[in-house]
This record gives sequence, C-alpha cells and structure tokens, in this order.
Amino acid sequence: MSAVIENHHDEHHHGPAAGITRWLFTTNHKDIGTLYLWFSFAMFLIGGAMAMIIRAELFQPGMQIVEPEFYNQMITLHGLIMIFGGVMPAFVGLANWLVPMQIGAPDMALPRMNNLSFWILPFAFFILLSSLFMEGGAPNFGWTFYAPLSTTYAPPSVTFFIFSVHIMGASSIMGAINVVVTIMNMRAPGVGLMKMPLFVWSWLITAYLLIAVMPVLAGAVTMMLMDIHFGTSFFNAAGGGDPVLFQHIFWFFGHPEVYIMILPAFGIVSHIIETFSRKQLFGYSSMVWAMLSIAILSFVVWAHHMFTVGLPLAAEIFFMWATMLIAVPTGVKVFNWVATMFRGSITFETPMLFAIAFVVLFTIGGLSGLMLAIVPADFQYHDTYFVVAHFHYVLVPGAIFSIMAAVYYWIPKWTGNMYDERLGKLHFWLSFIGVNVTFFPQHFIGLAGMPRRYPDYALQFADWNMVSSVGAFLFGFSQLLFLFIVLKTVMGGKKATDQVWEGARGLEWSVASPAPYHTFSTPPKID
Amino acid sequence: MFFRFFKNLSKSLTLLFIFVATPSLNADWFDLNMTRGTTEISNEVFELHMLIFWICVVIGLLVFSVMFYSMWAHTKKKNPVPATFHENHKLEIAWTIIPFLILIAMAVPASKTLVKIYDDEAGDINIQVTGYQWKWQYRYLEDDVSFFANLSTDLDEIYNLVPKGENYLQEVDEMVVIPVGKKVRFLITANDVIHSWWMPAFAIKQDAIPGFVNTAWTVVDNPGIYRGKCTELCGKNHGFMPIVVKVVEQDEYDEWVFNKRQEAIKLAELTTKDWSTAELMERGQTVYEVNCVACHQTEGQGISGIFPALAGSEIALYEKDRHIEILMEGVQGAAMNSFDYLSEVELAAVITYSRQAWGNAEAGDGEIVIPKDIVDYKEPKI
Repeated sequence: MSAVIENHHDEHHHGPAAGITRWLFTTNHKDIGTLYLWFSFAMFLIGGAMAMIIRAELFQPGMQIVEPEFYNQMITLHGLIMIFGGVMPAFVGLANWLVPMQIGAPDMALPRMNNLSFWILPFAFFILLSSLFMEGGAPNFGWTFYAPLSTTYAPPSVTFFIFSVHIMGASSIMGAINVVVTIMNMRAPGVGLMKMPLFVWSWLITAYLLIAVMPVLAGAVTMMLMDIHFGTSFFNAAGGGDPVLFQHIFWFFGHPEVYIMILPAFGIVSHIIETFSRKQLFGYSSMVWAMLSIAILSFVVWAHHMFTVGLPLAAEIFFMWATMLIAVPTGVKVFNWVATMFRGSITFETPMLFAIAFVVLFTIGGLSGLMLAIVPADFQYHDTYFVVAHFHYVLVPGAIFSIMAAVYYWIPKWTGNMYDERLGKLHFWLSFIGVNVTFFPQHFIGLAGMPRRYPDYALQFADWNMVSSVGAFLFGFSQLLFLFIVLKTVMGGKKATDQVWEGARGLEWSVASPAPYHTFSTPPKID
Repeated sequence: MFFRFFKNLSKSLTLLFIFVATPSLNADWFDLNMTRGTTEISNEVFELHMLIFWICVVIGLLVFSVMFYSMWAHTKKKNPVPATFHENHKLEIAWTIIPFLILIAMAVPASKTLVKIYDDEAGDINIQVTGYQWKWQYRYLEDDVSFFANLSTDLDEIYNLVPKGENYLQEVDEMVVIPVGKKVRFLITANDVIHSWWMPAFAIKQDAIPGFVNTAWTVVDNPGIYRGKCTELCGKNHGFMPIVVKVVEQDEYDEWVFNKRQEAIKLAELTTKDWSTAELMERGQTVYEVNCVACHQTEGQGISGIFPALAGSEIALYEKDRHIEILMEGVQGAAMNSFDYLSEVELAAVITYSRQAWGNAEAGDGEIVIPKDIVDYKEPKI
C-alpha cells in the first residue's frame, strides 16, 4: 500500500504535467529548451520563406514578383526574424538543454523567469509579423533601421516594431541573466571555472555580452520612439539632432551582437570536433582566452560598420587596427580545431560534417571580414553584395550550421533515438552545396559593383544572381528535409545508448538516453 | 494524356530555359573582380585589395590543407588509435605572433593609402552633391550651375514590357560633367534620409547625411563616362538613383558650363512670361513625373497609409495658399520635404497640374498657380 502511494507521489513531482499546460506552465529546463528550439525553427522557416521571395525577385533583372516597397519589407523582416527569432532563441534553447546537464545542475537557477523569457517571445514576433498587414506595410528600413529612414520617414508600423524589439530584448536579458546565475552558482562540486565544458564557457561570455548590449539596443529604439511620437530630435538633423549618433549607438549594440551569434557556435563545434576526432581538444585554456579576447575586443570595433559616414582619419585608423586584431584570437580558435583533428581518429557522422563545414566556411567568412577591415578597400566593398556574402558566410554555414550540428549531436540524448544517418548526410550535402552556390557568387556580384538592398540590378550582374537564386532555393527546400529528419527521430528510431558517441565526454553523456525529466537532483561526483 | 502533359511540360521548360538564358548574352560571366578604376587612388585601392585577397587565399589554403590532410590521413580506419598530445606553448605562441605580423604587414600600406585619401585640401572645382529621395542634386559652387540627375531608364524596361537597354538602371537624364586633370572636390550631404554616393571608378564612397557635409575628392586623367550608384538604403527607390559622371577635356567643360548658364537665364525669363493653363499643365506633368510620382503615384492616388492621395484632396481642391506653402516648406515630421529648390516656373506648373488633373479641376475650385504667385510667396521673407 505504502509503495503505491510513494509511486504516485513520485510521478506527481517528477514527471511532466499532461497536455498543453505542460508547455505553458513548465519551469523545466529541458521543456523550455525544446520550446525555444521549435520556436526558432518555426522562425527559421518564416525568415527563410522571405529569403525565397527575395531571391525569386533577384532571379532576373527587372521587377517581376514584388514591388520595391514590399521588397524592402522582406529584407527588413528577413534580417530581424533570422537574427532575433532564428539564431538567438536557438542558442538559448541549446543553453537551456545543455548548460545544467553539462555542469551537473538539476535545472536553471531561475526557472520561473525562464518560462517568462520564452513565453513573451511568441508575442514579440506576432507583433512584428502582424505589421505586414498594417496600413503602410511592415518596417521597410533594413534590419539596421538607420534613422531618419526609420523615424521621420518610417511607416506607422514602426511603433509596433519598437515595441516588439523591446520584448525581444527583455527576453534576451532574462535568458542571459539566467545563464550567468546558473553557471556561477549551480556548478556541481569539482566543476571549477577552468573545468567547464567549452559550450558552457562560450555561453557564459555570450550572456555577459547580452546583458551589456541589449539595454543599448533598447535605448536606441526608445530614442526612436521619442523622436517619432514625443517631438524629440535625437536623430533629426533639422531639430539639431544627429543621424550618425544613431549608427554609433546601434553598432555599439550590433557588433557584440554578431559575436553573440557566433560564440556559442565555437563551443558547440569544439565539442563535436573533439568527440569525432576521439582526441582531447588541443588547447582548452587558449580557447577560453581567445573567446574572452574576442568578446572584449567586440566593444571597441563598432565603427568598422561606419567607415563611410565621414569619420575623422584617426578614428578610421583606430577602428581598422582594432578590427584586424580580432583575427588573432579567431585564428587561434581555427588553428586549435585543426590541431585537434590532427592525428586524431576521425569519423564523419552528420554532426562532424556540419562542424567541419563550419570551420572551413566560417574561416572563409572570417577572411572576407579581414578584407572588409581594410578601410580604403572597404570604400569599395561597403554596402555591396560582398558584405552580404561575408556575413551570410559567418551566419549561415557559421551560426546555423553549428545549430544543426548541435541538434544532430545531442538529439539522441534528448529523444533517446538515433537520427537517420543516411538522411542526415543527405541533408548535410544538400545544405553544403546550397549554401555555397548561394553565397559564393555574391562575392563576385559585390566586387563587380552591385549594392545590397537593391530590388533590381544592372545587366552585368544577371548571371551570378541567377546562380545565387538557384542555390538559395536548393538550400531553402533542403531544410524541409531537416524538419522531416527531426520529426522522424522524435517519433522513433534506433535506440541510443547512454554514451551515444564513442568519443563523447562530459556529464550530459553520463545520464540515460533519453535524458530523464530531472537530472542531477543530487550533484554528480567529479574526479 | 499523361504523355501529352509531360510533352507540354518539357516544351514549357525549354521555353523557360531559353527565356532565362537570354540575358546571359549581354552579360559577362567573368565579371568577377573589383574594378581597377581610373584614378591613382582607385588603382592603389585595387592593389591593396589584391594584396589582401592573396594573403587571405594563402592563409586559407595552408589551414585547409592541414585540415584536409587530417581528414584523409587520420580517419578511424587509417589511424585507429588517436594521438594524445595537447597544448604546445611554442606552437601556440607561433600561431599568435605570426598572424599578428601578417596583419601589420597589411595594415601599414592600408593606413598609408588612407592618409592619401584624407588629403582634404581645397579642390579646383567644388561640387555640392545632395541626396534626395530618389535623385541627386549637383551644385557647382564656383560656376553657379545647379541641376538634378534622375534615373532615365524607362519604367517599361523595369517592368519587362520592352527589352532592357545596355545601360539599364545605370543611366540618368543629366550627367555630372568634370574636366580632366583637375582636383574635383565633392561636398556630399542629403536633404531627407541618408544616401551614399559611390563612384567605383574613383574609389569614392561617402555617405550623404542630412545635417552633415562629407568631402571626397578625385583627379581623373582619362576622359570617359563613369557609372556609380546609391549605396545606403534610402527607401523604396534606393535601387533607382544611379550616378553618372562624364569626364571631358577642359575646353569642352568650359563650353558645358557656358551652356548651362544660358539655360538658367532662359529659365529665369520664363518666370515673367504669361502662362496659359494648358502650358502650365504640360510642364507640370513633366515636373510631377520626375519629382512627385514616386510617392503620390501616376493618378495622384498616393499609397494608402504612407503617402496621401492628391486626387480629391481638400488642399488640392480648395486651399491654394496651403498648397503652395506645403511645396515650399514641406510637412514637419512626414516624408514630404520642401521643394523650394525647384524653379518658380516648375513649382507653379506642378501645383497647377495637381489642382487640375485627375478630375480635381471639376471637383474643386480649379484655381491655377502662376510663377508670380511663387515669387510673391517668397517675397515677404526676403
């Protein structure tokens, strides 16, 4: 009798609630991680659909499918949705799933805030997307929303955009605080700072960056709100304001923001390369120091986005040298990954393929970034497709490939099932070819002189634009295969062992597959 | 039936392919690199670009070849027992210091070129360049010449109704003319939102920012026509405000300046002429199509929610004075800017046009505006 009661008692406290309330009221880091990941995938598909519209319009010179006005709305929403809805929540989702398991903690430190920080996100994006149906259309000033195009000259929906950015910012800040508090307070005994897995390190640094710069973004949009509705002139030259001030504030947020989108990827890729090379990471501490240097340098390079605004010579030279300096710690990371693979015992499962593609293509994106840092050359590159190619190389085969690699790597732990390796490899090759066919020719288009954010172009850019569009369709539709693979894995498949991967190390592999609803209720023992 | 369907499908695919492949005939597949340009600076920038490019290629090849070697030689099959080495201070110091030195080798020549570009001495000719949504204004400060340059590509070309010309989207109704061998300084600013004036052949890209004047200079030794573009998102027609500079010999330049001045004098005379409604309408339509149509649209219907309609608007129907005031002063806090840079004749004509066209004349008081009205409006302020 008492045994029955105890069982009941156990279920009540340790299993997930039934039905929709499980997801609405959950404070469980695994559930919230899952919510974040599905949400970001939905946003990835919506933002991707917009990219398809953009590439369809650019398939040929001339206006065919949309009007320039709508085209501008598409480029704006594509950027905002992919950054704030696709990449950032996906990393927060991974942090939710993995940080507690990797440091041997039972959950995130602030579980209720965790629930809140996720559940305000859908509202933010509902508001942003609803602006498409408002009079005057959605925001059309680019994801960088430079004033005064985004203030005096903006469509009325800009106010909703501002509100939605505020909500996204609040969500990010809460998520970041949660990560910091969890890592600082909830490590199992024996997990010292310099013993933390690199993904945890990368997220600790990312979280500090978020806490530092999201309020700056909030400040920028609030000043816009004041300019639009309350008669201030922060960015209005006619009222004594300064449109360049906007860019300084925006990029003081924006540059750390791009590292927010790549640092967690560094952590993920380090784990995967280590696992499938069956060899310890070459230089753990130099990886940590490299990430820290990149994070600190990210605060002193913002004006490299603004070389053409008419900065004084001294500022141009300072920002050029500071920017080039970032290549040093970034190089250290790439060399470390290569040295880890060197004389390892390598196998090429899907996560490893994505991780290797990450290293190669991220390096290409990094090298074109180095070219962009050279001010006189940047006068030719700035705001052309060369820049578009550069940042898509670091964001798509960079950030997004790392997220896909992470999903393939940890999904056996999450679901208890192995994904279909053949389909996974097919997905990898389609994505890899698609991404390169899309973005590599954009280097050429940009060097030959096509500016970005153009709905139509001169005839000499026609051929490579067509190639790029074909690649984009290939990449876009391949992601439906990814959806299928993930669903198939969730539904069933070959059972995963607890260890999953032969070379995997870390606390998350010591728990059962699928990971029980609650893990490490008592701290693990670390040697 | 299925057979016929596939036959039709393959036929339409073939047609699609032919249709799709046609533009390739007039485009260059090998247009892959930055233009060398025509000035000393643009050549230096090009060399710098190639230097960095090759350095990056070499670094990339070195790193990737080690990586690909590992992927080939250190697979689980060939190397079942992984090595256990990690951390090697000598190696780590080397791969920190060497990139650092390479970076300095790149940054030094780049800084030198930059210093040259920033040589900001006065030019022989100073041209104020002002970005407007969506056209450029050029004012020659010494020669008292001023004009607007608008895209001259036909809308039918853009909407694929007629074949596209050779200079599709790279042609304007009035080129900037500068003489060879003279130092020309551009003083770049904007009237509404931020634009950016890019002339690849001169390696000049400077943002045009309201409330700021940025400068850039060039000396061009080769006569010819050079084409550039706006490179800062400035709204709907950002892709449709190209830049064309024509570089000519000095005597040809002097002649051009002379002719432009004569034109200006003729235009001033027009102000005192007696204008009929029909004449104003005709001229007004031209002005409307260049300056107003992008927002207020061809039938004066505007774009709901962003740009108000003129057809049937209270102001266009009954409030002539307010109508003039809006054109002269703009509307605070809205996209409508002052158009006081247009001539009295152009302003009178375009106001008359929008009070008469689209049934406005019949619906409202149908009052016309003559150039003298504009002169009178300006008078008390002087």
